[in-house]
Amino acid sequence: MARRSTLGWPRIIAMTIVALTATVAPLPGWLEILRPDFVALTVLWLCLMSPRLTGLFHAWGAGLALDAFRGVLFGQHALALVVIAYVASKLRLQIRAFPPLQQTAVVLALLWLNEFLLFWIDGVSGHPITDWRRWLAVPAGAACWPLISGFYARIAPRR
Amino acid sequence: MTNHEPDSRPLLLGGPALGLRLIVLVILSIGLMVADQRRHHLAMIRDWFSAAAYPFQWAVQAPLTAWDTARESLATRSRIDADNIRLASDNLVLRLKLMRFESLAQENQRLRAARESSARVVQRSLVAEIVRVDLDPFRQRVLVNKGSRDGVFRGQAVLDANGIFGQVTRVGPVSAEVILISDPEHAIPVQVNRTGGRTIALGTGRSGQLSLPYLPQNADVVAGDLLVSSGLGGVFPPGYPVGQVTTVERDPSQPLLTVTAEPLAGLDSDPEVLLVWFDNTVVEPESAPEPAASGAPAPADATGGD
Repeated sequence: MARRSTLGWPRIIAMTIVALTATVAPLPGWLEILRPDFVALTVLWLCLMSPRLTGLFHAWGAGLALDAFRGVLFGQHALALVVIAYVASKLRLQIRAFPPLQQTAVVLALLWLNEFLLFWIDGVSGHPITDWRRWLAVPAGAACWPLISGFYARIAPRR
Repeated sequence: MTNHEPDSRPLLLGGPALGLRLIVLVILSIGLMVADQRRHHLAMIRDWFSAAAYPFQWAVQAPLTAWDTARESLATRSRIDADNIRLASDNLVLRLKLMRFESLAQENQRLRAARESSARVVQRSLVAEIVRVDLDPFRQRVLVNKGSRDGVFRGQAVLDANGIFGQVTRVGPVSAEVILISDPEHAIPVQVNRTGGRTIALGTGRSGQLSLPYLPQNADVVAGDLLVSSGLGGVFPPGYPVGQVTTVERDPSQPLLTVTAEPLAGLDSDPEVLLVWFDNTVVEPESAPEPAASGAPAPADATGGD
């Protein structure tokens, strides 16, 4: 599907900021719980479709910004995002060759890994959230993947 | 947009470069988390980051605020008139109450001075607006638009018109994060107003519920009891309403009661809150000078409640 494309830093930063604001934009009740982790989806998309050696640094920076936005333990999202960005970069050639449904399944697994790392860090640092509903954002995020991936592919320049 | 920047994109992404980056960044993240967990080490960087994030957080809510303003300005005249009449009558009632309050406050101060106990009443307050962003759906925290520039400090009590709202957990230059009394990590020392019995009210993670898990089976508490802050711990001023007991379950096989309460402050509906300063040192009124009243010089900046 996606041809190899390159995004310049201005666009990457703009995408990240939009994803960050979408993460804290006020939503009513249930939608708030189902809100996908837009920053993780953006990082994954960049690692898969617009790979560059600085991808991990971008993931880390976006994670720190997300920590600051949400006021949680500093470095928490950064760590989780770096790990999933690494896996995505490593397996990117296989993942990109997958049909859309299978690709969504991989994204589901990676988002789950992201959420699991956050859950684990929450627990280790003494702020556990044991509410089962926190896991609902993972399938919701995976369900958004085809949409977000399509949208980003549209704004990315083709070569 | 075309960009011809020298792209470092290699054909084969991976290998040692990627792995090394992962290791370095993971170690850095862990270092940051440890430093942040032990507080204060990262205060500067954190402040800087939260200051940078604030304009965006503010921008997120701007459309909503604009919508509210637009709706307000289109409000019908009759509704504004009705509001005006209601507010005028509210004002009258409050002024009546205030007249009595002044004399009661003085009497209270005299009596407390006579007993050499401190009268911790709110001395100064600052109205802060809640920035409408969702920080985390599972934690009860909000962002307000006042920060260290306005003198806000960590551990400061936050009230609204109906009762205690929460306390400040993090302060940026122009914004602060407030943890609500209903956050699962928050605990507030309270007193049953009817009997004076003290206990602790914990947040449950739901904005309409507090739990009081430390009351023994023989505790005198019934549904409808008013809970007020006891002032122990020094974070909250004593005597301000916190919640109302909703259910009391007595299970004889358990050592403790299962009591839930409903917070009185409008935790999820308030557009504005009050940040308060109160003095928790001994009051020495002019009428009864007590030179020996240095019994309990409680530090004014005592924070606790973590």
